[in-house]
Amino acid sequence: MRAALAASLDACEAAFDRAFGQAGNPWRHLGSLAFLLVVVTTATGIVVYAVYDTSVGGAYRSVRAMSAGPPAGLALARSVHRYASDALVLTMIAHLAREWLRGHAAGFRWFSWLSGVPLVALVYASGIGGYWLPFDRLAQLSLTATTEWLDALPLFGEPLARNFVSPASVPDRLLSLLVFLHIGIPLALLAFIGVHLLRLTRPRSFPPATIAAATCAALVVLALMHPARALAEADFGSEPMTVAFDWPYLFIHALQYRTSPQLLWAAAGAAGLVLAVLPWIERTPHAPAACVDLANCNGCGRCFADCPYAAITLVARSDGRHLPRQAEVDPRRCASCGICAGACPSSTPFRSGSDLATGIDLPQAPIRALRASLDRALETLAPRPAIVVFGCASGVEVASVREPGTAPIELVCIAMLPPSFVEYALRAGADGVMVSGCREGDCAYRLGHEILRARLEGSREPRLRARVSRARVRTFWGARADARSLSAAVAAFRRDLAASPRAAGPSMPPKRREALDA
Amino acid sequence: MRIAAQAVLYAAFVAVIGYFSTSPAYVHLAPGEAVVKLSLSHAGERKEPCRTRSEAELAKLAPNMRSPTVCTRERVPVRIVVAIDGTTIFDVVAQPTGLAKDGASTVYRRLTVAAGRHRIRAELADAPGGRMTYSATTEVDLAPGRLLVIDFAPEAGGFVFRS
Repeated sequence: MRAALAASLDACEAAFDRAFGQAGNPWRHLGSLAFLLVVVTTATGIVVYAVYDTSVGGAYRSVRAMSAGPPAGLALARSVHRYASDALVLTMIAHLAREWLRGHAAGFRWFSWLSGVPLVALVYASGIGGYWLPFDRLAQLSLTATTEWLDALPLFGEPLARNFVSPASVPDRLLSLLVFLHIGIPLALLAFIGVHLLRLTRPRSFPPATIAAATCAALVVLALMHPARALAEADFGSEPMTVAFDWPYLFIHALQYRTSPQLLWAAAGAAGLVLAVLPWIERTPHAPAACVDLANCNGCGRCFADCPYAAITLVARSDGRHLPRQAEVDPRRCASCGICAGACPSSTPFRSGSDLATGIDLPQAPIRALRASLDRALETLAPRPAIVVFGCASGVEVASVREPGTAPIELVCIAMLPPSFVEYALRAGADGVMVSGCREGDCAYRLGHEILRARLEGSREPRLRARVSRARVRTFWGARADARSLSAAVAAFRRDLAASPRAAGPSMPPKRREALDA
Repeated sequence: MRIAAQAVLYAAFVAVIGYFSTSPAYVHLAPGEAVVKLSLSHAGERKEPCRTRSEAELAKLAPNMRSPTVCTRERVPVRIVVAIDGTTIFDVVAQPTGLAKDGASTVYRRLTVAAGRHRIRAELADAPGGRMTYSATTEVDLAPGRLLVIDFAPEAGGFVFRS
């Protein structure tokens, strides 16, 4: 079931890739898109609040006046406020479902998952509270339903719903309290978003500008074409019979009246509990964390800068060497992606020692094993033009391109590849190097191909040296389903290499050459 | 072509939002239905009657503590029975609130009924022994969508029917 859903999601994302391109695909930016919608909702909410009357008698009149005004004025702000909050619910649910389908609910990501669960409740509490403020028939229905739901718990001495059984029973300053809630709960939401992002390095708070602009424009067009209208005024002497209903938020009221408040509590509690314990239900084997080798760590901080999950800190030196800092790994946060090993300046295959040791490494996939694999592949790589394909384990399965003249080598994450390995492969006999990572914006470890691309372009340490011919290095970004595309890309690369043969042969540094020969 | 595809997908996204933000309309009450709400807050009598202290008991107390009567705090639960056209629709025993069970008993119940003319009878027991101490009968004509609230105000003589 889950595999089928995940496959459907992959197919859906692939279809969106064709329309939006990999980097601009909204599916890859659902979290940041949701945050953008929180910001839009907040901004439009401030505008609407400026003219909102918080008295029982004036609230409805002020909202009605807003809706009756010019379409491009306050009515637009109110409509965008409404639709952005609806879009927030859909985006949040899609984000949650996608992360679950991608297996991101467990393992080292447990904190991000768990801290996201209260956000769902806070979004709903913020949104439903917003429907009370117009003080129309929908507000009446929602207020009554919500208080009846709360009264199902033995929390209050006097049932809250007794405040809404007649016009005379409604407290005059009720709306001041509701406004306070509608401001306070979103502020709590913003605070929890901060907690949700705590364990991410350089979180992308906003989606790419194209997605942000298009989403805002789409909401404005919707608001102009289908403005939010004021319903009839609340009348607590009668019951609303049929009302225009905002289903993304208010479906819980319909569910409550079709079943019972107690059943709704049971359903909400069960859903919250399942979401909260999912990281422990889906317990995934935790790969060994990265290890620091102080003998090879000079505390340069590159691993600290590149770690996508803030698992590395720089602390005072503990081995007495005359260096100020050393890297330290928090194993609970470590994703075992190896991006740190790819960042370490000691991870260079040109070092002459037969046992290549680096400053920070993955015990299960050390850099020396990567060099050994590359050396073995280069020994038998023929015919020319010969290509080494470094591939990410979460992207296309690079073994699928194995054929004479092509040597695939798989890494945990493509950003585990130190750029010096690209130069090493070319100097040791390969005619070209292809680097294959996840689809753009879809790195299993968030920042993998962003980091690697910057390293290859020379804008981030460790850099691919300028003297390496860029014509002999090619990148490919794809998912599991893109094996054919990778094969085609390799074939095209081979044709291009054949058209421009290398002028010189291998040029390995003498010491390394001697070590290899030995 | 790509721009057109993007426009179509964004349009589909906001169309879903636009539709489900107001549609389909939610039918809270079917035509021909009305609502009866039983909503009251009333403190039952003390579970045990207050007792007058004897002269000897009073003499043993400090002068500022010589209250002539002693009362237990706990109150009896309040039972409310409501029948509509002879059929009981609510039969509720509301426990007194508070840790010492010395607060008011509160009740809130909601029931959808057919609109039209109804004979409502309400009874309330708030004394030890469970005897019905208040009762009232009324006839109401509930139009569709109307709300009948049954409240209780002893200072007004007992049950209050508001529609």
